[in-house]
Amino acid sequence: METLMAVIIGILFSIGAYLILSKSLLRIILGSSVIAHGTHLLIITMGGLKTGGPPILGGRADSYTDPLPQALILTAIVINFALTAFLLVLAYRSYAKLGTDNMDQLRGINDE
Amino acid sequence: MSGLFLIILIPFLYAVIVPFIFKRIPQLHTGWFVLPIPVVLFVYLVKHITLVAEASPFIHTVPWIPSLGINFTTYVDGLALIFGLIISGIGTLVTLYSIYYLSKEREALDNFYVYLLLFMGAMLGVVFSDNILVLYLFWELTSISSFLLIAYWYQRKGSRYGAQKALLITIFGGFAMLAGFLLLANITDTFSIREMILEAGGITAHPLFLTSMVLILLGAFTKSAQFPFHIWLPDAMEAPTPISAYLHSATMVKAGIYLIARFTPIFGGSMEWFWIVSGVGLITLFWGSFSAVKQKDLKAMLAFSTISQLGLIICLLGLGSAAMYYGPGENAVLYIPAILAAIFHLVNHSTFKGCLFMVVGVIDHETGTRDLRRLGGLMGLMPVTFTLAVIGSFSMAGLPPFNGFLSKELFFKGVLNASRLDIFRMETWGMLFPAIAWIASIFTFIYCMIFVFKTFTGKYYPQRLENIKPKKPWGMLFPPAVLASLVILFFFFPNPLAQYLLLPAVASVLPDFAEVGLGLEPIKAWHGWTPELFMTMGVVGIGVFLYINFPKWSGIYGRLPGKFRLNYIYDSLLRITEKSFDRITRGYMTGFLRDYLFYIFAFFVLVLAGVMFVLKSFAFNPALNNSISIYEVVLALAMVGAALMILFSRTKLVAIISLGIMGYLVAMFFVVFRAPDLALTQLVVETVTTVLFLLCFYFLPELTPEIRKIGFNAANMVVALGVGLLVTAMAISAQNNRFFAPISWFFENSHELAGAKNIVNAILVDFRGFDTMLEILVFCIAGIGVYTLIKLCLTEGERNENK
Repeated sequence: METLMAVIIGILFSIGAYLILSKSLLRIILGSSVIAHGTHLLIITMGGLKTGGPPILGGRADSYTDPLPQALILTAIVINFALTAFLLVLAYRSYAKLGTDNMDQLRGINDE
Repeated sequence: MSGLFLIILIPFLYAVIVPFIFKRIPQLHTGWFVLPIPVVLFVYLVKHITLVAEASPFIHTVPWIPSLGINFTTYVDGLALIFGLIISGIGTLVTLYSIYYLSKEREALDNFYVYLLLFMGAMLGVVFSDNILVLYLFWELTSISSFLLIAYWYQRKGSRYGAQKALLITIFGGFAMLAGFLLLANITDTFSIREMILEAGGITAHPLFLTSMVLILLGAFTKSAQFPFHIWLPDAMEAPTPISAYLHSATMVKAGIYLIARFTPIFGGSMEWFWIVSGVGLITLFWGSFSAVKQKDLKAMLAFSTISQLGLIICLLGLGSAAMYYGPGENAVLYIPAILAAIFHLVNHSTFKGCLFMVVGVIDHETGTRDLRRLGGLMGLMPVTFTLAVIGSFSMAGLPPFNGFLSKELFFKGVLNASRLDIFRMETWGMLFPAIAWIASIFTFIYCMIFVFKTFTGKYYPQRLENIKPKKPWGMLFPPAVLASLVILFFFFPNPLAQYLLLPAVASVLPDFAEVGLGLEPIKAWHGWTPELFMTMGVVGIGVFLYINFPKWSGIYGRLPGKFRLNYIYDSLLRITEKSFDRITRGYMTGFLRDYLFYIFAFFVLVLAGVMFVLKSFAFNPALNNSISIYEVVLALAMVGAALMILFSRTKLVAIISLGIMGYLVAMFFVVFRAPDLALTQLVVETVTTVLFLLCFYFLPELTPEIRKIGFNAANMVVALGVGLLVTAMAISAQNNRFFAPISWFFENSHELAGAKNIVNAILVDFRGFDTMLEILVFCIAGIGVYTLIKLCLTEGERNENK
């Protein structure tokens, strides 16, 4: 299972990186979201998969999966959401102001 | 002397309050408040002269970074004490002089005195530190304060050019010296100079001995403006004259001499040391005095003369190191006087050259020019200045009854003794030393005469001078008068000076000899009809002849083609370096965000893969895997499919929806992996994100035709695949490399500790509560950012509409 997940995570990172290296601002945002998903899965995979029941006390399970990665991921999800929202508005605003979302044209001044 | 390190720190501490004094008490010249510092240091050091001369040196250690063997060790022996006295003594006079030289109304005195105190502290640090790394620190600090002081009138182009040149050359040497120090520390396994000296005998055979010696000498030569690094010193004359007198003739440029003297017990006695030190010194002596003659600016002339005199001292130190070859005994006695002459001339040079610089400052201040072509006939106008100039220059020329005569005679004696050496291939080349020294002395004599007689005698042209202020600047004449009286005093009473200051210093340069006695004769003005006296007489005779006929032979100075001048080489080197590095930088700093991200990804892959390869940390053990169910396979396939759809979609709607699908699939994975909280959060967040995307969808442009297809870029593809492979490898290795036991069992007490049954929640709001709070802060910042961007955008739009 872990090996399968590792391969999937690798695919997600590859696709995310390739998207980030593209010219369109929207694709860059999409790419960062894809990498974020990959990261969340990576953290939970590194903590070990399916080693016990959900980490809620008082249930029937006598062993629990590691709760620490889950807590970390929860933080990461929320932060990622904030980041994505900010990036989207930034993209929207720069498009409204500059009239393009092509990174080649958003290069800034030629000679500083 | 337990508070010894305080004498280094006091100038630094006082420098902090100088700007406040300048701001608060503008009616009194700030210099008066700074003056007590060098005075106190000088008096303190004077009180210890006899103690150092008679008893053992003082040492005091404050641990700084003991784990690395770096201690703030202050060490005062004869050599350090002489330098300390020069630094604080000349410092006192220079501060006094600067009070009258710099106007309190027009100049930024706070800057000036802060830099001056910074330098004073750093220079004391250089000479009193026993630890080479601490020494290096102070060494660079002197370069930096010198840079700041040269650029004091930074509005002038020449000042900035001179400051940059001085900094580049001295810091280059400083780095070389640091490398040499580290090699030396590696060889001897200590950072303390004293301990290195104790081990000195065994290190000559070490393969890195020569490298470390050359590197350390590079530091000394750049600092002491030795050929071919001397070119920074004439340009450093853009500094205010008190600074030229202090840093660029009396103290800082002598740091290199200090270093050579200090390391003589370690390196001395080897043929390389002898030849490099005395050879470079001799060339500099000649070249400096030869170039000084053609200068038209009085300060430039003094700068070249300083270069040449520094060369003289360094040459003497090199010759004296021959004594180390023989070891204590009969043969060595011939060469020890060279060391004495070096130290003696060092003191004398500080007195007469300090005096001369201050005289030039007076001339400049009173007439508004230092140009020899404009000056002339000032004798009647400034008789006191003239007297001081005569004393200073005649001492520099080596005439009696001034102290320069004594050390010049000792110098001639030193080179004559050296020419009789039968080691280090001196049998063949030995005669070069007295010959070149003698020629250089003739040039020294000529420029001394030019300095005095072109300025003070001849015809007086008042219309060529910018302004003539016939008032008597007594405050500016007092400090050079003190130095001039020392010049005469040292001539008549050299031996008390030798007993209390010079001999202890010689003893610290040659510690092995000090134990058995140095065997030095007292310094005498008259010692019979010796060869050295005849040499001096020859210098005077030929010098006078050449001075009178100067116009007939001055043509030789135009002969050197411009392309071979060192300044031309320096300038072109600087220009080429700037250009090529500019091109390199522009080559990879393209301004495209994509390129920068490419570098980041490529670096990430190369470094991490490299680490993994070097440490052989990749581990794959499928036995540790848990089982796979059919649901998971379906989920995984769907996930990859969604990701590929994002990659290849041609419309943004498809891409956004695919991303949403992916998010929900991740939530499903969380369900499978027994993480209910994550699944819930992911579902909510993904929904909101998709809504947000769709909201912006309306405003964001459709993927434009030229970038509708993602296109194929081989380099990007390689890097992206590399990232993926690396992450996969890391994930697999993480499973098989467990270094520590998990700490997660701790959280199973969450019910007892935090009253929560949901462990994940307990971690978030209780065990890692601060973390969550900061996360909320990040969220707030992002929210403010989003809000501001939208608001700004609206006002911008309104403004556009109003147009």
